[in-house]
Amino acid sequence: MQYLLMIHGDESAMQQARKEDMQGMLAAYNSYTQAMKDAGVHRAGERLHPSSNATVVRASNGKTSVLNGPYAEIKEQLGGYYVIEAADLDAAIGWAARCPGAQFGAIEVRPIWPM
Amino acid sequence: MTEAREAASRTATRVARESYGKLVAFLAAPGRDVPGAEDALSEAFASALENWPTRGVPDNPEGWLVVAARRRMLDFARRRRGAEAASDALAMIGEELDDAAASEGPIPDRRLALMFACAHPAIDEAIRAPLMLQTILGLDAAAIASAFLVSPAAMGQRLARAKAKIKLAGIPFRIPETDELAERLGAVLEAIYAAFAHGWAEAFADDPRGRNLAEEAVWLGRVVVALSPEEPEALGLLALMLYADSRRAARRDSSGSYVPLSEQNPALWSEVAIAEAEAALRIAGAKRRPGRFQLEAAIQSAHAARRQTGVTDWPSIAALYETLFALTGSPVVAVNRAVAVANAHGAAAGLRLLESAGAAGRLEGYQSFWAARADLQARVGDAGAVDSYRRAIGLESDAATRAFLLRRLSAMEAETSNKSKF
Repeated sequence: MQYLLMIHGDESAMQQARKEDMQGMLAAYNSYTQAMKDAGVHRAGERLHPSSNATVVRASNGKTSVLNGPYAEIKEQLGGYYVIEAADLDAAIGWAARCPGAQFGAIEVRPIWPM
Repeated sequence: MTEAREAASRTATRVARESYGKLVAFLAAPGRDVPGAEDALSEAFASALENWPTRGVPDNPEGWLVVAARRRMLDFARRRRGAEAASDALAMIGEELDDAAASEGPIPDRRLALMFACAHPAIDEAIRAPLMLQTILGLDAAAIASAFLVSPAAMGQRLARAKAKIKLAGIPFRIPETDELAERLGAVLEAIYAAFAHGWAEAFADDPRGRNLAEEAVWLGRVVVALSPEEPEALGLLALMLYADSRRAARRDSSGSYVPLSEQNPALWSEVAIAEAEAALRIAGAKRRPGRFQLEAAIQSAHAARRQTGVTDWPSIAALYETLFALTGSPVVAVNRAVAVANAHGAAAGLRLLESAGAAGRLEGYQSFWAARADLQARVGDAGAVDSYRRAIGLESDAATRAFLLRRLSAMEAETSNKSKF
């Protein structure tokens, strides 16, 4: 099965982080991504720019609206994601628990709907 | 013909009782498809009742039902072919079922794996016990709903959602690895105990179905013990439920009124149930891995000892509650500890403990807190008991217990008015 791991975290804390902490975090993410690749579970994964760069688009009732900012103003924003191939939810939870972001924020694990 | 029909129906009923969960677990495991397995199995049972009277009951009824149910599952999958994932899973079921049918041996018992799926941390805690009662024992939503105080429709919806999550989120049918086994088994045992507690509350209601959730929970407890005999907490839970069950006949007097444990006649306790509980607790204790359920069972064992000694060893019970409270920090345990301390070392000491447990405010809506408070206040001559009795009565859902508390309240009121007169 495929799962989407959504990495939610406090953006302002990230932006205020010291440079060496930030470097440590990036190194941790590199190792984590590599471990997923070595295990053959990694399908995709990207880091996102902060939600201040987000735009929300709707096209309801024939009218398109474009709004500045993220979909929801919440403290912990989506900061990145992985798509993994895992045997079952326990395996996916195992990978989510190893994500460096889990230490500071929350990882939402969602099964991908096969088309 | 009628005889054949009766024999077929008897066999089907027996197999349903003994093998239902095993067959659901076996059919559902490969595709994690619980609703599919349940539907197919109920159709298989229906066709058994049609076929067996004329063709005779098969030598291996379980195997017959599995083959029939599997045919239904394949038919159903063919009808909605296109979903690749489904056909992969079905191919797996097919292979496994062929093996099982070919060998004509016993169906592998995956009920424990199914229970771990039902009590998975991704499943809402409140639905775990109903889910087990339905998938392992085949109880319908309506039978479960009333014990859990929700409408049958709402219970049906919640069960359906949980089963959908098992399939869609990929919750595995597996016994967890050693490092997380204790915690996950704890969730399974908690769910069984919740089923027992909910059933216990209505253990005296006349159930037209003749099935009571407390008995069903004991059955689930036996299944867990049989499938994981090395787990002391599983034995502890079984012992705990059996001790409670042993007092069933003593909990009501001849007029149906509630009798508190301290006033029960031990001669009415079931010797058979107590002996079985004692044996389970002894085996658990020998494993030297104490836990919450073993401690609770040990407390009940101490109560049961009154059968031989004629007195209750409150100091030992208070000490056991102390240990249990240190382990769980549960406010419910805090109430029971206070009562035990009151009986061992005086009502005033117990009341002090109870007040400090209630100070956190978590017990405002907890009936047993107010009942215990009322009793201890009455024992130290505190007029606040009247108010506490009223709170306890307002929170009680069982009519017999409510009547008992009302009697206590009026006795208390009579006593205070007498005192003011003289």
